[in-house]
Amino acid sequence: MAQDAEGGEDVPQVPKEEEKERKNRRRRKRKKESKTRTVRSNLLLPGPEAEKPQRSPLANNRLKTTKYTALSFLPKNLFEQFHRLANVYFVFIALLNFVPAVNAFQPELALAPVLFILAVTAIKDLWEDYSRYRSDNEINHMECLVYCRNEKKYMNRYWKEVEVGDFVQLRCNEIIPADILLLSSSDPDGLCHIETANLDGETNLKQRQIVRRFLELDSEFDPLKFTSVIECEKPNNDLSRFRGYIVHKSGKRDGLYKENLLLRGCTVRNTEEVTGIVIYAGHETKALLNNSGPRYKRSKLERQMNIDVLWCVLILIVMCLFSAIGHGLWVWQYGEKKPVFDVPGLDGNYLSPVLAAVYLFLTMIIVFQVLIPISLYVSIEIVKACQVFFIHQDKDLYDEETDSQLQCRALNITEDLGQMQYIFSDKTGTLTENKMVFRRCTVSGIEYSHDANARRLAMYQEADSEEEETAAKGGTLSQRNSVSSHQSIKVVHRSLSMKSHRRTGSRAEAKRASILSKHTAFSSPMEKDITPDPNLLDKVNECARSLEVMRSHEQPLSQLTPELSDIFDFFIALTICNTVVVTSPDQPRQKVVRFELKSPVKTIEDFIRRFTPSRLTSGSNSSSSSSLTTSKSMPRLGSSILSSTSTESTLLKLEEKLAHSPQMNNNGYSSQQERRAIGSRPEGGELRYEAESPDEAALVYAARAYNCALVGRLSDQVSVELPHLGRLTFELLHTLGFDSIRKRMSVVVRHPLTDEINVYTKGADSVIMDLLLPFDPRGNHQKKIQSKTQNYLNLYAVDGLRTLCIAKRVLSKEEYASWLKSHLEAESSIENREELLFQSALRIETNLHLLGATGIEDRLQDGVPETIANLRKAGLQIWILTGDKQETAINIAYACKLLDHDEEIITLNAESLVNRSLSDDLLLKPTAGNTTVGFCPLSPPSSSVHSSLGLVIDGKTLAYALDKTLEDKFLSLARRCRSVLCCRSTPLQKSMVVKLVRDKLKAMTLAIGDGANDVSMIQVADVGVGISGPEGMQAVMASDFAVPRFRHLEKLLLVHGHWCYSRLANMVLYFFYKNAMFVALLFWYQFYCGFSGSSMIDQWYLIFFNVLFSSLPQLVTGVLDKDIPAEVLIGVPHLYKSGQKMEEYQPHMFWMNMIDALYQSLVCFYIPFFTYYDSEVDLFSWGTPITTIALFTIILHLAIETKTWTLFHWSSCIFSILLFFIVALVYNVSCPICYPPSNPYWTMEKLMGEPVFYLICIISPVVALLPRYSIFPLCVYMLVARILWGGMRGKAKGCA
Amino acid sequence: MKNKNSQGAQESPSRCPDNSAFKQQKLPAWKPKLTAPTVLSSFFTIGVFCLLVGICLILYARSVKEIQINYSDICLNCSKLRENSSNWDKECNCSVYFTLQENMLGDVFMYYRLQNFYQNHRRYVLSRSDAQLLGQDVNIQNSNCAPFTIYPNGTPMAPCGAIANSMFNDSIQLFYYLNSSTAIKVPLLKSGNSWWSDKNVKFRNPTSYNLSSAFAGTTRPPYWQKPAYLLDEEDERNNGYINDDFIIWMRVSAFPTFRNLYRHLRHTNQFADGLPAGNYTFHITYNFPVTKFKGEKQVVLSTSTWSGGSNLFLGIAYTVSGAVIVLAGFIITAIHLKLRKKKTYFQR
Repeated sequence: MAQDAEGGEDVPQVPKEEEKERKNRRRRKRKKESKTRTVRSNLLLPGPEAEKPQRSPLANNRLKTTKYTALSFLPKNLFEQFHRLANVYFVFIALLNFVPAVNAFQPELALAPVLFILAVTAIKDLWEDYSRYRSDNEINHMECLVYCRNEKKYMNRYWKEVEVGDFVQLRCNEIIPADILLLSSSDPDGLCHIETANLDGETNLKQRQIVRRFLELDSEFDPLKFTSVIECEKPNNDLSRFRGYIVHKSGKRDGLYKENLLLRGCTVRNTEEVTGIVIYAGHETKALLNNSGPRYKRSKLERQMNIDVLWCVLILIVMCLFSAIGHGLWVWQYGEKKPVFDVPGLDGNYLSPVLAAVYLFLTMIIVFQVLIPISLYVSIEIVKACQVFFIHQDKDLYDEETDSQLQCRALNITEDLGQMQYIFSDKTGTLTENKMVFRRCTVSGIEYSHDANARRLAMYQEADSEEEETAAKGGTLSQRNSVSSHQSIKVVHRSLSMKSHRRTGSRAEAKRASILSKHTAFSSPMEKDITPDPNLLDKVNECARSLEVMRSHEQPLSQLTPELSDIFDFFIALTICNTVVVTSPDQPRQKVVRFELKSPVKTIEDFIRRFTPSRLTSGSNSSSSSSLTTSKSMPRLGSSILSSTSTESTLLKLEEKLAHSPQMNNNGYSSQQERRAIGSRPEGGELRYEAESPDEAALVYAARAYNCALVGRLSDQVSVELPHLGRLTFELLHTLGFDSIRKRMSVVVRHPLTDEINVYTKGADSVIMDLLLPFDPRGNHQKKIQSKTQNYLNLYAVDGLRTLCIAKRVLSKEEYASWLKSHLEAESSIENREELLFQSALRIETNLHLLGATGIEDRLQDGVPETIANLRKAGLQIWILTGDKQETAINIAYACKLLDHDEEIITLNAESLVNRSLSDDLLLKPTAGNTTVGFCPLSPPSSSVHSSLGLVIDGKTLAYALDKTLEDKFLSLARRCRSVLCCRSTPLQKSMVVKLVRDKLKAMTLAIGDGANDVSMIQVADVGVGISGPEGMQAVMASDFAVPRFRHLEKLLLVHGHWCYSRLANMVLYFFYKNAMFVALLFWYQFYCGFSGSSMIDQWYLIFFNVLFSSLPQLVTGVLDKDIPAEVLIGVPHLYKSGQKMEEYQPHMFWMNMIDALYQSLVCFYIPFFTYYDSEVDLFSWGTPITTIALFTIILHLAIETKTWTLFHWSSCIFSILLFFIVALVYNVSCPICYPPSNPYWTMEKLMGEPVFYLICIISPVVALLPRYSIFPLCVYMLVARILWGGMRGKAKGCA
Repeated sequence: MKNKNSQGAQESPSRCPDNSAFKQQKLPAWKPKLTAPTVLSSFFTIGVFCLLVGICLILYARSVKEIQINYSDICLNCSKLRENSSNWDKECNCSVYFTLQENMLGDVFMYYRLQNFYQNHRRYVLSRSDAQLLGQDVNIQNSNCAPFTIYPNGTPMAPCGAIANSMFNDSIQLFYYLNSSTAIKVPLLKSGNSWWSDKNVKFRNPTSYNLSSAFAGTTRPPYWQKPAYLLDEEDERNNGYINDDFIIWMRVSAFPTFRNLYRHLRHTNQFADGLPAGNYTFHITYNFPVTKFKGEKQVVLSTSTWSGGSNLFLGIAYTVSGAVIVLAGFIITAIHLKLRKKKTYFQR
């Protein structure tokens, strides 16, 4: 039984009316309050209560992403379609036809095209909905184990039958069906590992813990005995947050955190069996609440088009007004003498000229309705869908390595790709591989250059390029896989997991999962096999040896020279200061009996108990240590610490602050070693590190190269294997995770050798350097080390390496105790928890002792410099917005040719707003200010100067630059620079920069990034591109397009962007032309029929002309035409500028096309007019040739516009013309009395027997298209000239 | 389900898109080659073709003989009489004399021509009942004929609608003066002037044992002088709805100035080859008022060719556009030659 909070009390049977009232009240109530949800076990409440039908207000686990049901489809779909203004307009016109006074066509017929369009859209929606239904069904019918009260065991049930409050049991590699609170696990520590690739794309394993109190259960978890009540938040979409508490029968409360929640769509890994209670089901799960589906944006072209549609409306109104006035005058001229052909109204009275004019205005709107292209929107949608299809299918946008291809997530902005002006790129993971390779390090001021490692990397690079060559020739994946067996195993493993992903969650989830499924998570051999620097290796060995000696001789560790101890700590920090999880392929951890239970210190009593040197406590505790469970009030307490001899000694030592006695120490870890041997350690070093970020993995692998290997990580301890010393187990007291504000992470551990409490911190150099211990008297040496390290750090940055500083702090017991107190408060607070934890972390990460620094190389992705060069040639401005430090960013910029060495670089580093504005003013004068570094003399802006400027600005300065008062100056400066680099920028700043450029410069912006920190910028930009890289899927989820690699941007923009843009622009223009030309024919006729609104074109042709006869060729051209072949577009990036300048569709082009339409319609009207003038021709025998001519002209016009002819083009054109003749011929013999007023019986047949018909059909299109055809070769001349010119310019550049 | 999944995985080991020409947008395609020779030759070919056709057409059109006589001016008395609708039952006759300078050989057609008569007015075009004209018994009150459907006394009009009501009802006869005193009636055919499909498919009289009973219970339209079944008393197959004059009138013309085929020459005796040159006279019974809408009436005699009537327009259009295209060809040639000389064109 599960209910929302306000309905918590059991409802007795109430009369229906009352119940209704209750419901109403409840609804009102729900709006106001009810911020929590209460979940109880469904197994409770037997008896009459259970008989009651489950009128649960909570969603069950049935997945329903369909929009419609069989009944609601029609009304709901129509309702949705009428949200589109154009549809309302067309229906309005069709309905206008039902008014007899103004009707122009047979009302039923006039409805036809509107219905056709609506039907096409409806069928499309229906099909989409049906496929959704099918996949829903598949997911709904997946099976999982749910506890059944009657059978008293877990039974197979469909996912859709799972309800909130049910108990679900999951096995290894099963997919989680709902959001489940973890209550029991086969894991000894009550852990459960899950893979969240389906949710966020991160392939590393995450740990989840069971609710604390249930850990102490000595027996198997029994759902029937579960009587606690869970209070938690209402369903929300925040994946990283879950709060609540569980109230036990005893009235005690435990907090619940996100670590306790298993999210739907994730996969259970490495854990044999877990059980939990369903908290959120179905659409209330976090996974589904996060699934927002494809995004809809409006492209620039469409915005421009809409303006022109408005122009069309205006033209329509003018034409109608003109006709109305004309008709009024026409009626008026006859005065009282009504001519026989002016038919009176139904009542026999003649209309007054004014009234006639008013009626006629409405009639004309119907007659001229075609001017607003009814099929335009549908056609555009179809064309875009096809364009998306082709982009998806492009082999060049497929990445073999990750087996992923381009993904269009926004379906309707393909043409924007062809109009980009600014690219804002993230650096890490976007330009670079985000494969971190350890390159060099410096420890206590001494640099170890790792030359051998560098040589090895160079070899990999060579091998890579060789491989590519062979891959290009042979083109198989096998060779790549054979590089390491480990990798291939991994691939297999991943593909296995991919399979299961296919069945999960929703389609989107599955899609996301499969993109990443083959990612080898940060562990290519290049990253793993690090050749150690011989010097450092020697020192490490020496250090370890002396440690061993010291230990065996009971010497205090402090006897180690500072350098060696730094080295030792350095590697310990590399190994343990992270969140890397050690796994072995696919094996759940065994359930082992544990002799020792340690946990992060959770309560103050815990701390006291552990560290108070009170024999009494230890004694009392050791008495109970024979059983694993301690008193109920202290969950997971490490009472057993105190039970073993080693703990005894620990306490002793704590008291005496002495070094370990060797014996005890030996005892300590030999026993541990024994234990671990049963545990997860697989043989032969086949350990896999699952890291949250690639840097972490790189560091761990680096440490392993120095024989300092991470072998196991539990929630409470980290095991490290060291040379000579063997395995050391650090008690992990706290992990203070990384965040982008602190820019560092720390672990608090107890050192097994010294038994001190150590804080190891790893973070960005700028941050760490500020947190270092103020120099004490003996700090002279320390100071030297710091400045040396800083020098090396700068050196690393110049080499383009990512730098991290490693620091350590030794905490005294008192310090730790006081910190712990506040930290525990922070941890246990339910509100404001994050904020308090942050503060708490800040408190402990001070007074650090610098150990050393590392330089990690993040290799550039393949083809990045070339891509950037090409995009640049295409006139795209490329800005790099990165959170990295300035030097690193500049170096990457040089490496990817964004900056040139002969380029002058303006660096803006300002401390305050005043300074910033000062420096800005200085820029206008050739002097360098104190805030401007590397400033160059500035000449007045000219093109030559533009290309030689680069702007580098850091985060602080950027904040000033983005200030309202300065943003214009900043932009004008940035515009004059060839490239702009923003370093140290926060995600918010990134998006602000993009927004600034987008809004102020009215430019088309594209943002590309791969990580969560790029999401805001991706969302702000006109087109957001996500890289489906190893950093997770947040960027991809927010993006409009997801590409596997940065280099794919080149083809996406230069080729597909150009094509999509030019195709669509041409099609839209053509649409306007076509409709205008057709309607103008009718308009000219009004001059010869007394502006009475009659049309010489049969209403069938009139209505179906757009939809049937002339639609196919333009669709084919819109989808398939290639104005310039792909190779040329890539080879001559210069051509991309046509899209940026909107050359294909400029405002004046609309009018040019209108004028052309005017001319063509005049020709098509007056040639038949004069030919048949003063003859016995009847209205429709004259109108039919006009229709034919118009069709010929329109199709030939398209033929001139078409640049390449494929079979589809030919057949669509021929098909259209044939279709017209067939329809006309059939229609004209079908019924002698139908279709008033035209009643075209035998018209076409008769016409086709007359030579004049053919003569007109030949001459009219020729004359109509003569101007366009004459200009056409000239246009092609220009195009060829541009290609040659651009190509030559490119070559000239290449030579220089 | 597991099976299915594993199969699926085997089938799609890679997400690599197909390397098919269609999907990679590499379909074999023809690119129009726009070299100077192809463009220019297309210009010249089309131009010359148009010129030739144009000249042909002009020659043929000029061979057509045509005479047009405006009789609403000549029969001024009758026009004035008809201006007042109360005189509708007064007969008014009028003779128009003219001389043919040349023989009109071959088929000779007689047309009446109306000016400023807007048969193409929207509501006028609508105002008919095709079902009624097909002889079906329909309730014309619901048809488009309104308001020309029934009289106030309830009798329906046959045929109904404004088109039928305003039918041209002058009768024109042509006499040929063998000499200055004797005139013989030129034999003209009343039937065979309309479209075959109209006469045989679209128009049908109501079925009954005779025509007058078929129209029983209906009355003529208000402007008509006699009921529909008396349109041609001499020829059963040209009476009622299938009267050729009626059928032709019902085919509304495209322009306010139009001609309708009225009669064509029957080739007998003197007229075996057509109309010989000489003096003629039209005897016109003037019924159809045109002054109300400032219209004029003409009677036209004309021969025809395969390319239509005497209208020169099409020929001229071909000739002129042919000339323009050829001229354009020359201009483009000139530009091309100039550009080719200037080799630095592309190397700005």
